Amino acid sequence: MDIAFLADVFRRLLSGLPLTLKLAGTSVALGLLIALALATTLQGGRPLFVWLIRGFVAAFRGTPLLAQIFLIYYGLGQFRPFLQDIGLWSFFREPFWCAILALTLNTSAYGTEIIRGGLQSVPLGQIEAARACGMSPWLVYRRITLPIALRQALPSYGNEIILMIKGTSLTSIVTLTEVTGIAEQIISQTYRAIEVFACASAIYLALNFIVTRLIGWLERRLSPHLRTAPNLMPSSSPRGASA
Amino acid sequence: MKTIGKLASLAALTISALMWGAAASAEDRPTAITIATEGAYAPWNFTGPDGKPAGFEIDLANDLCARMKVTCTIVLQDWDGLIPALNVGKFDVIMASMFITDKRLEIINFSRPYAIDPSTFAVAKTSALAKAGMDGEYDLNDEAAAAPVIEKMKPLVKGLAVGVQAATTNQQFLKKYFDGVIDIREYKTTEQHDLDLAAGRVDALFAQSTALAATLGKPEYSAYTLAGPKFIKGVFGRGTGAGMRKKDTTLLAMFNEAIGSAIADGTVKRLSLKWLKADVTPPQ
Amino acid sequence: MISSSLFEVLSFGAGGWGAALLKAALTTTALSIAGFAAGAVLGGLAAFARLSGGALGAALADGYGTLFRGVPDLLTIYLLYFGGSVGLTVVSHWLGGQGFVGLPAFATGVAALAIISGAYQAEVYRGAYLAIHRGELEAARAFGMPHPTMLRRIIAPQLLRYALPGLGNVWQLVLKDSALVSVTGLVELMRQAQVGAGSTRQPFVFYCSAAALYLIIALLTGALFRRAERRSLRGVRIA
Repeated sequence: MDIAFLADVFRRLLSGLPLTLKLAGTSVALGLLIALALATTLQGGRPLFVWLIRGFVAAFRGTPLLAQIFLIYYGLGQFRPFLQDIGLWSFFREPFWCAILALTLNTSAYGTEIIRGGLQSVPLGQIEAARACGMSPWLVYRRITLPIALRQALPSYGNEIILMIKGTSLTSIVTLTEVTGIAEQIISQTYRAIEVFACASAIYLALNFIVTRLIGWLERRLSPHLRTAPNLMPSSSPRGASA
Repeated sequence: MKTIGKLASLAALTISALMWGAAASAEDRPTAITIATEGAYAPWNFTGPDGKPAGFEIDLANDLCARMKVTCTIVLQDWDGLIPALNVGKFDVIMASMFITDKRLEIINFSRPYAIDPSTFAVAKTSALAKAGMDGEYDLNDEAAAAPVIEKMKPLVKGLAVGVQAATTNQQFLKKYFDGVIDIREYKTTEQHDLDLAAGRVDALFAQSTALAATLGKPEYSAYTLAGPKFIKGVFGRGTGAGMRKKDTTLLAMFNEAIGSAIADGTVKRLSLKWLKADVTPPQ
Repeated sequence: MISSSLFEVLSFGAGGWGAALLKAALTTTALSIAGFAAGAVLGGLAAFARLSGGALGAALADGYGTLFRGVPDLLTIYLLYFGGSVGLTVVSHWLGGQGFVGLPAFATGVAALAIISGAYQAEVYRGAYLAIHRGELEAARAFGMPHPTMLRRIIAPQLLRYALPGLGNVWQLVLKDSALVSVTGLVELMRQAQVGAGSTRQPFVFYCSAAALYLIIALLTGALFRRAERRSLRGVRIA
């Protein structure tokens, strides 16, 4: 083991971390907003919208992210004259924005499904109670439905965030030098693929560990009413979890 | 049933790979070798609709194998994984338009060169570099001649986004002589930077002149031209050779002999004119 | 211009890429099925280790899951591709062999998909086992049912029923991950699309066709999983 080499590799790989975080952060935040809008529209039940959204979700969940990135970057590049005419070329010219678009659309498709599940799990009694109190539909949505739905969706959404962080590694293919892109550069200079990829893996693993912990903390914060009282039931036994 | 058949053939493949690996050794003269190419660098090596590799290096590899009396299998491998995969034993030889450089020689061995092809820029016909009318071929080892030419080029290419294949000597050249002057964009394959030149995401390309000439021959690139001087040696090393593991010395000797005879009887020239539309035969 | 050339480019005749794309789609399907099946074995073992493998087994299985669900799948594939041969070579040296040993790209792809999907499948199996009603196991034991019979009659059928929805998700993940195996040079659907896009300079046509083929495979196999789910629910009262 060449400690000095590994330390140098780590240092250089970490210089790609800001871009990795920017890609993951932007697409997760934008994707959440789109997913909320789409899932809420689905609840509304207008057939045209429902079919459109279902088609969008099926298309983006049924195809590999790599294919989506290639299609948006190289595929749309074929239509430069048209994109120039409608003034969108300056957006599609940049690999960064193409990557953000692909990641955002991908995560919003998965997010729509997750939030739809959350919205469906809201007990009807709670909504009826809020209506009986005289809340307007918007107020019911904002104060009752949405908070409960988001709390329900949090564990699944945590997984989705991790999938997105992992997904950013694919953007190295469209010339972005995030962590994986830098790893490939180092390998091209040193030809030591195994050590370099192992270092990169460690960085992603640490990142995802932190995210898992943050989500877990948030989950506990948001559900004090669901916590078991201390020392009444040992929660570590698998039988305790069978319900 | 299909799956079971596939799995069975998979198991057979694995076992044969294990047995083959056990049989090969440095002392014996090998009778079967696997040659890797990139398959994305037309017209040197590319992939046809049938998934089979074709091009100058494929024809040359088959010719050399016939001369060495070995059966060879040609496989495809992404460019940036070629040397690591060679060294972990995925295949025995690289023939992928790879230049013989000191840096690569630290890790692997190379045969004598089978081609020498200078590198150059492709830019829009309306660009400053194209209008400057610079040409000629420069040896980078000859600092006195090359340095002033590069200085003269810098203002002509300033600010251009230039596509180049990652992990190549072309990329090293740009990094060494034009870093900070141009915006270097690295691609996994030259096909990808060709697509981005057509799309207008990059203003110029830097690659081997025969490969660029083949690209610019297509109708989508009618607005572009090869421009500026051509460069050899220095970071580009000593021409294009076949890469092999350090320990496979018998194989190296076989290749050197076969390449020598293919150069002597004009086979390299014939194949080069057929595929590359230029003679890239190195001096004997 | 694009619509007229689309016909030629995707035709099945000489110079057309239709046959090559379909063949690549078959490779993708075979690769995914083999990876998923091998992953079921790995996942089953890991789930067993976590449920009853003792402290060490549980820790190992836990580490396996955390590692391969946390590392980008692309990196797992790269590591296996470059690292796998080194491992095999070492093993062959122990067995008295010499020289290097290479694993074919297809086998590397299957191994990578198996390791990745095994990490996810382990969670699915564990969750499904825990969902089996304890009373049924206790009742079986009280009858003096031997363990293999209990496994066959009580545990396996219910395990499959509870695991099927989760397994359907993992299958979709494997199918899409198989696209990443293209980096090893194996000519599956994604690789074929890249090759076609590069040589014809019609990336849009090729990536759209590849995406459509993935979608078709995903929808068809998704329907199969739903049928299996319905079948597994025969005789179960649904609230």
